[in-house]
Amino acid sequence: MAVTADHAIPNRSPLIAFLSRWLLTTNHKEIGTLYLCLSFTLFFIAGAMAMVIRLELFQPGIQFAEPLFYNQMVTMHGLLMVFGVVMPGFVGLANWLIPMMIGAPDMALPRLNNFSFWILPFAFTLLISSLFMEGGAPNFGWTFYAPLSTTYGPPSTDFFIIGVHLMGISSVLGAINIIVTIFNLRVEGMTLMKMPLFVWTWLITAFLLVMVMPVLAGAVTMMLTDRHFDTSFFSAVGGGDPVLFQHVFWFFGHPEVYILILPGFGIASQIIPTFARKRLFGYHSMVYATISIAVLSFVVWGHHMFTTGMPLAAELFVMYATMMIAVPTGVKVFNWVATMWRGSMTFETPMLFAIGFVILFTIGGFSGLMLALVPVDFQYHDTFFVVAHFHYVLYPGAIFGIMSAVYYWLPKWTGNMYDERLGKLHFWTAIIAVNMTFFPMHFLGLAGMPRRIVDYSLQFADFNMVTSIGAGMLGLTQLLFLYIVVKCIRGGEKATSRVWDSAEGLEWTIPSPAPLHTFSTPPQFPIPEKVYQHD
Amino acid sequence: METPRYYVPHSSPWPIIGSVALAVTAYGAVNFIHQSTEKVGAEGSWGQPVFFIGLAMIAFMMFGWFGTVIRESIRGMNSDMMDRSYRQGMAWFIVSEIMFFGVFFGALFYARIISVPWLAGAGNNLETHVLLWPDFADIWPLFMTPGGSITEAMEAWGLPFVNTVILVTSSVTVTFAHWALKKNQRVLLPVWLAITVALGTTFLILQVIEYQEAYTELGLTMGSGIYGSTFFLLTGFHGAHVTMGTIMLAVMLLRSLRGHFSADNHFAFEAVSWYWHFVDVVWLFLFTFVYWF
Repeated sequence: MAVTADHAIPNRSPLIAFLSRWLLTTNHKEIGTLYLCLSFTLFFIAGAMAMVIRLELFQPGIQFAEPLFYNQMVTMHGLLMVFGVVMPGFVGLANWLIPMMIGAPDMALPRLNNFSFWILPFAFTLLISSLFMEGGAPNFGWTFYAPLSTTYGPPSTDFFIIGVHLMGISSVLGAINIIVTIFNLRVEGMTLMKMPLFVWTWLITAFLLVMVMPVLAGAVTMMLTDRHFDTSFFSAVGGGDPVLFQHVFWFFGHPEVYILILPGFGIASQIIPTFARKRLFGYHSMVYATISIAVLSFVVWGHHMFTTGMPLAAELFVMYATMMIAVPTGVKVFNWVATMWRGSMTFETPMLFAIGFVILFTIGGFSGLMLALVPVDFQYHDTFFVVAHFHYVLYPGAIFGIMSAVYYWLPKWTGNMYDERLGKLHFWTAIIAVNMTFFPMHFLGLAGMPRRIVDYSLQFADFNMVTSIGAGMLGLTQLLFLYIVVKCIRGGEKATSRVWDSAEGLEWTIPSPAPLHTFSTPPQFPIPEKVYQHD
Repeated sequence: METPRYYVPHSSPWPIIGSVALAVTAYGAVNFIHQSTEKVGAEGSWGQPVFFIGLAMIAFMMFGWFGTVIRESIRGMNSDMMDRSYRQGMAWFIVSEIMFFGVFFGALFYARIISVPWLAGAGNNLETHVLLWPDFADIWPLFMTPGGSITEAMEAWGLPFVNTVILVTSSVTVTFAHWALKKNQRVLLPVWLAITVALGTTFLILQVIEYQEAYTELGLTMGSGIYGSTFFLLTGFHGAHVTMGTIMLAVMLLRSLRGHFSADNHFAFEAVSWYWHFVDVVWLFLFTFVYWF
């Protein structure tokens, strides 16, 4: 099927045609591609920073990075991974998939969609450029606690603040677009409880974004006025309180960590049924579990602050509320396992990543439960155990989620199958490297190694060396991933429109590669079996 | 029954112009702040002009983008579905704005319920109080900060009360304008709108007078501790929103004089009036918790 881009202007030089295509596009697929490319680029930049960190921690003592530079690396690695890699990665997937999954011609507000994307490259340029400024980049950790970021922050902190404002605008507008698209553009017959789970999880994620990104904007605004306009929000001398910063930040921050994982839950719920060749077990309970997780996420921010100083009653409430989140999360893990139970399973790369996601995310969830216990957290707080915990939920959780989604839908996007042999190699090296990198961190943390410090005592040397070797491997495997993706884009075995034997959903009824404009006229729903084109 | 096709706009230059404009404004703003607060050297960084060029670019983008949308609407390209998209989009935007104001109210309540009493020794904080600032007392509005800077409080029943009356009245007049529009009374519509714009402008002028009074007579500044911080950020962001709302209402006035809007198709007008009511409700909370109690 030949499709001409409606905005290709004849008699223009290829450069201008290229620029006008990508700068001015209102097409959800092109914008999705842009988001994914940005995410992928920043993944390597932030990953390189992680390599610097691990290189420095390879041995005790100070080898390569001065303490101040090390702190900048830790900060920028965190900020870029959270705001630049995982969030745009998921938004890219949302852009590509949601309109195709709900039978819509595009996002509800296509121009706003372009705006949301193109704010980001500028925001991250501002943020990354702070590395080259006088006084260096922000060096107070991605949580930018006051007074480190207010009284003691370097001048570039203000560029960081304005960068966060820009990202916030982008995220809120993007989230509004996604909510409106889902509520308004579903094909006739697709009620809310018939939506694919990826759409459901993104709906809830977008709701969380609209609720908490303005809170982050408020937090950095108060930082800015404290830094330059003499206010005293985070200063006890004026009657404020640095702890207020932590409350505001984590009111944003805790829902934020669910923003980073809920779309991953959706992806696993799409992929596991396909390769188990069974319907998803417990669709309704999946939806309700996601909603409960989102609601609970607003009342548990205090578990990041157990050692900061809170009344005992607040600590206990937060502890029980946090442990309650294990219930809906457990429902989800149970449902994924039950979906695989007695399924006719095959293990293509997306399925491998999805299973890796379920198992390793569960480990991250359990270490989260340990951290949720107030008396125990007093020991673990600010140790490498925390680093191990959130890397287990973010790397094999969010990042593996995105990777399995990329393998699963790449044939639909490009029209070519990826190299299955290399894909499997990528998975096995990645899963070994991930565990080698992050599992020893549990032991380091339990033994008392503090996080965010450039040097450590000698007894931590062996595990740190293992971790650093694992991290190097992990970095290299992602170069393999880049190679696989590029190879698939350039060519390969042609993909059928359904791609996978028993994939369900509207996106599999259209040809591969998906034409630029799909569903200009609404498709039939529920999907008649004959619609899947077995070409 | 044939489902109407959803209008998907062609590629548009306005979003990228908007992104560049935002980036220029952001870059200029930081350098402007560095220059004007003189805490950080930023010589020769052109912060101020860059900032204002950025703002001008944003205004240009809004003219262009909204102009395009208005032309589409006039040509009848918007289906009911499109209309719903715009409506829901605006509603969620207002939700995000509520959360933004929520942060500053949160800071206010935190200060009043937690940090100020604790600094004065409440709960198990007696030692902190005695050791750090034994003279500090928990009185709100905070006349004296722990550090010792002194201010007077803003009286609620003077200008702030007048402003409350003005803003509530303006919410009523904008609704009268809406009713006039729905009944197709094309003379009353601009009249009520003009009154609303005038009330909004009056509010802003009074707010400026109040700020002058705060700085010159009461000694209430952004530097007067947490009371001044919450006072100026809450009223300041509210004032910025009233400014935006007044400009938007003025645009609606001009458009209604040009014959835009019909009795059943006037989403832009409704969006502005939602925004105006939202700003009004925020003020009621402000008056209650910042000025009154």
